[in-house]
Formats: sequence, C-alpha cells, structure tokens
Amino acid sequence: MATTSAAPADSEGIVLDIEGQRPHFLLRFSSAVGRFAQSSPIGMVAVGIWLLMFVMAVFAPILSPYDPLEADYGAIRAAPTAEHILGTDQLGRDLLSRIIYGARITLIVSITAVFVGDLIGFVWGIASGYLGQRFDLISQRVVDVLMSFPGLILALLLLVVLGAGLVTVIVAISVTRIPSATRITRAVVLSIKETSYVEAAKMIGASNVRIMVRHVAPQAVAPILVVATLHLGGAIFAESALSFLGMGIPPPAPSWGNMLGGVLAAAFRPPWWLVIFPGVAITIAIMAANLFGDAFRDFLDPKLRRRID
Amino acid sequence: MSKYLLNRLLIAIPTIFGVTVLIFLAMRVIPGDPLQLIVSESDGIYVLSEEELQAVRASLGLDQPYYIQYYDWMRQVISGDMGSSFWNKEPISGMILRRGPISAQIAIMAVLLSWLIGVPIGMLSAMWRNSLMDHLSRVGITVFIAVPSYWLGLLIILFSVLVFTWRPPITIIQLWEDPLGNLSMTVLPAMALGLGLSAATARMARSAALEVLFEDYIRTARAKGLRETLVVWRHVFKNAMLPVVTTTGLALGGLLGGAVSVETAFAVPGLGKLLVQGMTERDWMMIQNLVLLYGLIYVIINLLVDLSYAFLDPRIRYE
Repeated sequence: MATTSAAPADSEGIVLDIEGQRPHFLLRFSSAVGRFAQSSPIGMVAVGIWLLMFVMAVFAPILSPYDPLEADYGAIRAAPTAEHILGTDQLGRDLLSRIIYGARITLIVSITAVFVGDLIGFVWGIASGYLGQRFDLISQRVVDVLMSFPGLILALLLLVVLGAGLVTVIVAISVTRIPSATRITRAVVLSIKETSYVEAAKMIGASNVRIMVRHVAPQAVAPILVVATLHLGGAIFAESALSFLGMGIPPPAPSWGNMLGGVLAAAFRPPWWLVIFPGVAITIAIMAANLFGDAFRDFLDPKLRRRID
Repeated sequence: MSKYLLNRLLIAIPTIFGVTVLIFLAMRVIPGDPLQLIVSESDGIYVLSEEELQAVRASLGLDQPYYIQYYDWMRQVISGDMGSSFWNKEPISGMILRRGPISAQIAIMAVLLSWLIGVPIGMLSAMWRNSLMDHLSRVGITVFIAVPSYWLGLLIILFSVLVFTWRPPITIIQLWEDPLGNLSMTVLPAMALGLGLSAATARMARSAALEVLFEDYIRTARAKGLRETLVVWRHVFKNAMLPVVTTTGLALGGLLGGAVSVETAFAVPGLGKLLVQGMTERDWMMIQNLVLLYGLIYVIINLLVDLSYAFLDPRIRYE
C-alpha cells in the first residue's frame, strides 16, 4: 500500500495521507472498547464477569483456600461453615476451591473449542461459498449430515470414540460448532462474491486463493466473530452437560459439570450446597457469554438492534 | 406445495445415508473395532482370550469386511431388528418401544409448556413495552436461557426432596396404563426441559410481536376502528407466530440433547438415559442404533418444521 501514496491534495492544500492518518492499533482498539461500553453497559458488565473468571482461573492457586483435589475424610459433605465457605463434597474436598479451579476448565474448553470449531467453519464456509460448484455441493451435504445430530448427541458419540478427557472434549465440542459457522460464513460469502471489488480482483487476474484471503475473508470476519461470541455460551453448556453425564472431563479434575454428577443419587439428605453453587457458576458464565454476544452483535450491526428492540 | 415437499424429501435421502455412514465409521474405524473398545475398557473385569475374542467377533459379524457389515446393519435396521444389548442380550427394539414413549412425552410436554408460558409472556411484554412487566420478563428470559436444563432439574428434585420429602418415581409407567403415575414421573422433567425453551420462545415472540406492531397494516386495522383484541389476535398474533415456530424448530435439537441430561438428572428411564448407560457400558450395538434413532428423529423433525414454514408462509413454497 505504501507505494500508492501518491498523496492527493485537497482544496486547502493539506496532504491527506490516508495511511498516515490511521491511529495506532491500541488507540483504535481502546476507542472501540469505549464506544462498546457506551452502546451497552450490560455488555460491559458481562465482559467484567469474564475478566473476573480469567482472574479466578489464572490466580486459582493463590485465591483458593484449599487444594481442590485434597480429600478430607473428617469433613465429608460438610455444609457451608466459616472454614469451608461453600461446604465440602462427598470426599471432603473444599467446594469453593474446586469452583475456582473449575473456571480454568470452563475457560480453556469453551474458548479453545469455539476458536477451533469456528475457524474451521470460517475457512470451510469461505471455500464452499466462493468456489461453489461441486465442492460447495459436497460440502453442504457433509454439513447437512453434521447438522442431522442434536449437538450434544454428536459430541457424546465422538467422546465414546475418542474417550473422555480435556482434549477430546474440546475436539467434540468444536466439531459441533463447525456446521453453523460454515453455513453462516457461506451465506455471507455468497453476497461478497457478487461485489464489484471481487469482480475487479478477478479481472486483473488475481488467483482464487488470493481473492479469498485478501478480499473475501476480511469482509466475513465480523459475522463469524458474532457467531463465535454467541457460540461461547453453548460451548460452556455442552462441556458442563457432557461432564455431568460422566462422558466429559473425568472426575478428579474439578469441572463445574462433573461436580454436579451424581450429587443427588447417593445422599439420603441431599447436600444442597453441592447442587446450588456449581450450577450458579455455570449459569453466570453462560449468561455473561450470552449477554456479551448479544451486545457485541448489536454493536457491530446497530440496524439489527433497532429492528428488534 | 407437493413439488416443494418432494424436493425436501429428496434432499433428506442423501443426508440420512450420510448419517448412517458417519455413525458406522465412528464406531469402527477409530478404535480398531467395537469389540476392542469393550475389551480394552474393561481389562481385569471381562478378559477374553484371543480365541474367544475371535469367536465373539465372528458371532457378531465383525470379522466381515466393512461393506458387508454396513450392508448387514442396514438390512437389519430396515427390517426393524435393532440387535440386542451386548451385556444382557435384551433386544434393543423392545427397550426403545418401552422407553421411547416416555421420552417423546417429556419432549412434547416441554414444547407445549414453552408455548403456554413463552408466547403469552412474549406478546404481553411486547404490547406493554418498557412496563414493569416487560422489564421483569426480560430479566427472566435472560436468566432462564442461561440456566442449564439438567441443573434446573437437579434444583427441582432438591426442592421436592427437601420440602416435600418426595422423589420422582423411576419405574416405567405409560400414560395409558396409569395417567397419574405417569404424570408424576414426567411433569417435572418436562418442566426442567421446558422452562429454558419458554424463555427462548418468549424472547422470539416478543421481538416478532414488536416488529409486527409497527407494521402499516396494524395502524390501518386500528385506524378503521377494529377492536384492540381483534387487532392483537387476528393481525399481531398470527403474523408473529412464524418466527416462534422457527425458534421451536431450531430448539428441538437442543431439546433432544438436553433431554438426555435431564433424564439422567431425574433418573427417568427414557431413551436418553438408555443412551448414556449404553455409552458408559460401551454397549456398541446400542450406541450405534440409538444414535441413529436420534439422528433420524432429528432429520424428520427438521423436515416437519420446514414443511410447517411452507404451510404457514406461502411465500416459501412458491420460491
């Protein structure tokens, strides 16, 4: 781009160097954050909750009062006291510490799964929409097949095959994100394909790959970002449900979902704290993700908001 | 309409074929073969010698080439024979017939509940926009969309145990055998499953109704002196329903998946519970056929939802 700055002068003779006028990336980013905060205070609260979760995850060893894996057989299923603020579980492990450590699994799984799944969907959707023809036809039938399973069932099937574990859970959840990411990207690309700048790029003989990377992909980024933020909540739910069913994160590791597994089965007097607190953590995380996703979508496409609200 | 129907059916055929292939490959290619999966999982408990393994393999047809195995599986499924459980040899089709109605009943009740709660709340909140009721319902919607259905189920059980010292029964009671006993088993899971869906429905009903409320034909209807109740019923309600059907349709996948975890939470002996049990026990024939069943149900539901759009919105079927 630098070679094209044969700078045009406006009427007052001031040189308008388009490139030079662009402020620093950090400045642009922070001003975008400011505008986002102004457009949606609730969205900012949601971001704050996620930041808190990050702090919890990163500083878990400092923040948590006990070792999340250390069993204390003297205090099995102890109700909340000053010593154990949220009580202890069936092995006497401190619930608060387990919830703090659980934030790690929630964040790692949801963010990685959404990133991987939506990235694959993004690339696939661009290729499918832009190349069209036979590749598109076959791709869309494959997506049809992936979409013919309820997401959780597909994830369960994959976990039976791959076995339970952190990485396999991420793989299973990311696969379930692929179809919708592909479909949405493809739909966007179909309209980008018809624009005159893509036409122009074709005219001057740009290769398909170059057009997809330089001209189509940047235009399709905003929609996929919105999809990704809206996928986050679903990914958190999926991880928790899979772990709850005993097919996700295997037990000694503290995941909010597997902490809920079987809590009501054994006990005669149900330990309410074991049911309530992990679930509250999951709900808040999902709610924050959803609220951020909604606010982010409205921020990028204010027209949509005016229509709905 | 019939052309649209035919078109839609034709697309479903390769999809169903793909579904069977995906399940088949998932069950065989990756871990060696299904039997390997079972044996390696349970070393120490259920160890077979190499000869025994080969014999079992042959008896299950697993020594055949893949295309013959696939062909046999398809032939069995089409003739209605779902094979039997690897562990207790119980025929799978019998289990499906006994447990299927319970799962279907819970899902249908959840959908009905979501309409019963979601549509009125959404409509009222749109009509009384920015009122206290609107604000409250929007908060409620945000919360209930986020609450995992299985956790809601656990909360309901916890509450009923602590307050009423009552646990939901866990035997199979069909609706036609003992309606009351059946309902005491299905109502609470349906609630756990339906409340989240109600929130999604209410949200969609609200935004759809808001969109319709500002249409010109609503102003016309009011201007010509039509009573407000008629405006609401005949114009707003009718036109706001299509997106609501869409949300329900899209939510059904989540509902089928969510039902698996809700059934597990309540220990309801439905299909979902059976699937999870099959998966933990590595009962591969059961997994294979139940996942196929879920896939087929979902494909059929999607087909019906698409057809219902075409039925509700003539613009779609003439495209």
